[in-house]
Amino acid sequence: MIRDPKDLQRYNASERANHWVVGISFILLALSGLAFFHPAFFPLTQLFGGPVWARIIHPFLGMLMALSFLGLYFRFKHLNKMTPADKEWLAKAKNMVDGNDHDMPEQGKYNGGQKVMFWALAVCMLLMSVSGILIWRAYFGFDISLVRMGAVIHAAAGAVMIGLIMVHVYAAIWVKGTIRAMWYGTVTRAWAKQHHRGWYRQVTGK
Amino acid sequence: MALQSLDIKQRSATTTPSTQVRHTVEIAKLIDVSTCIGCKACTAACIEWNDIRGDVGNCVGVYDNPVDLSADAWTVMRFTETEQNNKLEWLIRKDGCMHCSDPGCLKACPSPGAIIQYSNGIVDFHQESCIGCGYCVTGCPFNVPRISQKDSKAYKCTLCSDRVAVNQAPACAKACPTGAIQFGAKEDMKDYAEKRIADLKERGYDKAGLYDPEGVGGTHVMYVLHHADQPNLYAGLPANPSISPLVSLWKGFTKPLATLALAGVALGSLFHYVTKGPNEVSKEIEDEIEREDKEEAK
Repeated sequence: MIRDPKDLQRYNASERANHWVVGISFILLALSGLAFFHPAFFPLTQLFGGPVWARIIHPFLGMLMALSFLGLYFRFKHLNKMTPADKEWLAKAKNMVDGNDHDMPEQGKYNGGQKVMFWALAVCMLLMSVSGILIWRAYFGFDISLVRMGAVIHAAAGAVMIGLIMVHVYAAIWVKGTIRAMWYGTVTRAWAKQHHRGWYRQVTGK
Repeated sequence: MALQSLDIKQRSATTTPSTQVRHTVEIAKLIDVSTCIGCKACTAACIEWNDIRGDVGNCVGVYDNPVDLSADAWTVMRFTETEQNNKLEWLIRKDGCMHCSDPGCLKACPSPGAIIQYSNGIVDFHQESCIGCGYCVTGCPFNVPRISQKDSKAYKCTLCSDRVAVNQAPACAKACPTGAIQFGAKEDMKDYAEKRIADLKERGYDKAGLYDPEGVGGTHVMYVLHHADQPNLYAGLPANPSISPLVSLWKGFTKPLATLALAGVALGSLFHYVTKGPNEVSKEIEDEIEREDKEEAK
């Protein structure tokens, strides 16, 4: 859907598809993972055909997410290098959250907060993958002390990751005109100029 | 089993109390290592009563056979040759579930009711609720539970909970020809152990003692050891077993806290939205762009 031919392309189709493979596998992983995280969430196993199926499926979904996340990582890592402007942005992030974004420093394709999110998720994903393999009893039998360590790390990094994704999703809901970038790839020029002026200049030449 | 459910003290992945009203006597199995002759009648009785048949293994050069616990070997004899006071000693320990008062397996299990502890002290696996994750293995300080290759369920000694429920001694205790396996009320077993320990001390084993480790709140399978100061001699019986601090961290207060924190993030987001409002593109910038478009069109 092209509402305005002058809208700016922010993500191409392959980036969007990649994002949603990660997104869907994350949602399924979070639901099945929470089921084993605390008894209060155990009924979530019913979404996966019962607790045994949830236990069987969860690690395979994890592999899918880890591999597709790797795709996102290599697509976007060069855009997420921290710059002094990002640090300045982060120092002023409180104003932004308070709803006052007038004197925020100019940002490129991603602002400091998004970059922190990118790297935090990448670290979590790495921890989840390694610890997940450690506790995948159906196929691996690591030393018990490693398995115990893996169980703690998997639960902790999982909880952090769910929290980060909540923030990620909320930020997209909060900043109007953002979600369409992940649906059909484009944003309005006004959106770009307001939130990512550096990127706006770069793609429009203005 | 309706009546049996009245005697459940704890069940896995359950945050509300189990039945607390009835008080039943705590039972225990006492294994007197000093009178065990390693005949494996208990192993045979266990296999017979529980209808478990492991594959025939290979001789590994020592008496240990089966070599290790498995989904179809719930008790095994572990043989150790050691020199104590310049004398060769042949230590034989019947290994299997210790039925801890504070069971690490039950604490780690994520499936409600897959592991239960009866008020008599028996810790039992209910395979119909087992999901095969292996967390019980991770939680156990004695390395006892085994996941079956056939059905991915966890298995271990039941202390013959089915026999005990009808006032029968466990099959192993029934079969033991030397009386090395005694079964009864835990208090009675402790009294019996005291007599055995006194006897051993008289015969020169001045470190003889009872193995009922406090780190796991005591166990419902206890040993009389001639060298109670060195449990490790007995094929690596842990000296001070307890639930690993990592397991306690993993299964303790951290998860409810993390759950609250996540709920906080979700609610915080909602209230941020309704108090601060959405972050919309400003009218000013939209107008600016519109003006530029008009200029360009000219």
